Amino acid sequence: MSKKKYAVAIRDVIAEEMRSDERVFVMGEDIGALGGVFGCTRGLQKEFGTLRVLDTPISESGFVGIGIGAALTGMRPVIDFMYLDFVYVAMDQLLNQAAKLRYMYGGRASLPLVIRGQQGVGRGNAGTHSQSIEAFFTHIPGFKVVMPSNAYDAAGLLRTAIRENNPVMFIEHKALYIQTEEVPDDPDFMIPFGQAAVKRSGSDATIVATSLMVSRALEAAERLAEEGIEVEVIDPRTLIPFDIDTVITSVKKTGRALVVHEAHKNNGPGSEIASQIMEKGFRYLDAPVARLGAKACTLPFSLVLENAVVPSVEDIIQSVHEICYH
Amino acid sequence: MDKQTILNVHETMLVIRKFEERALNLFETNKLRGSVHLSIGQEAVAATVGAYLRDEDYITSTHRGHGHAIAKGARADRAMAELMGKVTGYCGGRGGSMHIADVDKGNLGANAIVGGGIPHAAGAALSAKMRGTDQVAVTFFGDGASNEGIFHETLNMASIWKLPVIFICENNLYGMTTNVERVTSVKDIAVRGAAYDIPGVVVDGNDVFSVEKAFKKALKRAKAGDGPTLIEAKTYRWKGHWTGDPEMYRSRDEVSSWKEKCPILRLEAHMIENQLLTEEQIRTKHQEIDQLIDEAERFALESPEPDPSTVLDNVFDEGDQ
Ligand SMILES: Cc1ncc(C[n+]2csc(CCOP(=O)(O)OP(=O)(O)O)c2C)c(N)n1
Ligand SMILES: [Mg+2]
Repeated sequence: MSKKKYAVAIRDVIAEEMRSDERVFVMGEDIGALGGVFGCTRGLQKEFGTLRVLDTPISESGFVGIGIGAALTGMRPVIDFMYLDFVYVAMDQLLNQAAKLRYMYGGRASLPLVIRGQQGVGRGNAGTHSQSIEAFFTHIPGFKVVMPSNAYDAAGLLRTAIRENNPVMFIEHKALYIQTEEVPDDPDFMIPFGQAAVKRSGSDATIVATSLMVSRALEAAERLAEEGIEVEVIDPRTLIPFDIDTVITSVKKTGRALVVHEAHKNNGPGSEIASQIMEKGFRYLDAPVARLGAKACTLPFSLVLENAVVPSVEDIIQSVHEICYH
Repeated sequence: MDKQTILNVHETMLVIRKFEERALNLFETNKLRGSVHLSIGQEAVAATVGAYLRDEDYITSTHRGHGHAIAKGARADRAMAELMGKVTGYCGGRGGSMHIADVDKGNLGANAIVGGGIPHAAGAALSAKMRGTDQVAVTFFGDGASNEGIFHETLNMASIWKLPVIFICENNLYGMTTNVERVTSVKDIAVRGAAYDIPGVVVDGNDVFSVEKAFKKALKRAKAGDGPTLIEAKTYRWKGHWTGDPEMYRSRDEVSSWKEKCPILRLEAHMIENQLLTEEQIRTKHQEIDQLIDEAERFALESPEPDPSTVLDNVFDEGDQ
C-alpha cells in the first residue's frame, strides 16, 4: 500500500497500464508538458513520448472521433477532458457514435475507450465548469459510467476501465483530487464494475451517495449517530452497471432510503435509483424514498449561492430526519 | 490502370449500380423499408478507390454508402440482407442501409450522421501510425459534410500529425435539396485543404482514370508519412436524395446532362476502344452481375428475421480484452 492523492493514483494507473500494454495511449488538451490542469498526466509525456501522450488541439468532437477510430482498430485510447462540461461539444461522437457503433454493427466491433475528466463544484467555476453530467451517459445505452469517490476506488476502477472493452465515462471530481488514501501497489489491482461499497453500516436508514457526496453522507451519518440514528452509507461506485442488490439488501434492514448526488435532482440519476428501490424493495420500505440533488438552476458563481444549490451535510441530515420520522 | 484493375473497377461499378437499382425496386414494392440513399451515377469514385485498397486498409462511409461497402469487399447478398434488416446482414439487422460495416475487413462503417465518420478514419490512421503498419484510411463524405465543424477539426489534426488518411469528398452538387453553391463559401471544396496545409485536388468523379490519378498520388503521400490529401470528386446522384424525393430543387435537363456522363458507359467505351472487352463480353458481364443480384435478393428475402429475444445483445462487449 502507498498513501496517494486521488490525482496521483489516477496518474500512476495510467502510467502502469501504458507500460504493460502498448495499445494504451492518452490524448487531450494540455496533457503533455503541463501534465493536465489537475496533474493527472504529469510526467507521462516525458516517459512515453509525444505520440502516446498526444496533445490535441481544442477540438473535442474531432479528437473523440479520432479516439473512436483508434479504438475500432486495435488501440485503447484514454481521452482526457480537462472539464467534463466540455463533453457537450462532443456529444454526437459520444452518444451517437461511441455509445452505438458496437450495437449498430451487430456486435462485430469493440470500442475500448475511456473518457475521463472531472466535474462538480469546488473551484468557483460557475455554470459551464461546475456541473455534473453523468445522467446523460446513464440514459443512452452504451457507456459504462464510473464515479470514484476516493483515491483507492479511483485506482481500482480506472484500471478496470482501461482494460474494459467498452466505452467508459470515468467521472472524477475536482474537489477530490487532493483526497489521500492508501492505494494497493499491486499493478493488477482492479475493482469490478457493478460492485457497490458499503462505507458505513447502520440499521435505521440507507443513504446511496456518489462522488463528493459520499464524504458528506458519511459526515452526516456521524452526526446522526450522535442523536441515535444509525445510517448505512452505500457508494455504488459505478452507475452503469448499478449494484441494486447491495442497496436492496440494505433497505431490507433499514426500511428507509435517501439518494444523494451532486447532479441536478430533476431527472437525475437518483430518479432512477429511487425507482429501482421502489420496484424491487417496496415491501421493505417504511417511508417514501427521498432524493437530494442540485436544485434546478444553473450552478451559480457565488460561493454562497453555489452552497445553496448543491446538497450539504445539513440537507442530508434533514432529509434523513424526514424519512425516519415519516 | 492495368487491364485487370480496369476489369475489376468495371465489375465493381456494375455491382453497385445493379445492387442499388434492385434496392430501389424492392423499396418500391415494399420489400424493404427505412432510408435508402442511392449513389447511382457516383460509382466511379468508390469503385476506383476500392481497387487500390487492401483488406487491411480502412474506410469510413456515409448514409449514401452501399457503393463504398461493396468497393471495400462487401458481399451483395449480406448487404442486401442488411437492407432488409435480416439476421444474415452485415449488422444482423441492427444497422440497416445507413450503417453497413465490416470492421474485420476494414470497413469501419457507414454513418448516418453527416460528417460523423470522418474522424474515425483519421483515428484508424493514427492507430496505424502508432502500431507502425503501412495501413491507409480513406473517408468518403459529401459536399454537405464539408460544412460540418468535425470535417475541419479532423483535417487540422490529420495535418499536424501527418496521418495516413485520404479525405474523399464526393461533391454531387446537393446536400439533400440544397445546392452546394448556396451554402458553401468556396467553389471548389478541395481548396479547403489549403487552410490545413493539405494538398487539395479536384477530379472528375465520373471518370475512373481521373480518380485513379489523384488517388494513387494521395496513397503514395500517405504511405511515405507525408500526411493526408483532400480529393474532391465532382459527380452527381441520378436519383432523388431519398426514395420519393419530388426533386423540386433541380431540373430534368440538369439530371439528363449528367446521365450523359455515366461513369459506367464511359469506362465501357474506353474498354471497347482499347479492346479490353468486346460489346458481347460486356453484355455477358452485365448478365453475370444481374444473376449475382438475383441471388443476393433471394438470399436476403429467404433469410430469417432477427430473434426478438436477442434485442439486448451486444449493447456491451462482455468478452475479455
Ligand atoms: C448531422 C446531420 N445533419 C443533418 C442530417 C440530415 N441529412 C442527411 S443526408 C443530408 C445531406 C448530406 O449532404 P452531403 O454531405 O452532400 O451528402 P449526399 O447526401 O449528397 O451524399 C442531410 C442534411 C444528418 N443525417 N446528420
Ligand atoms: Mg451532396
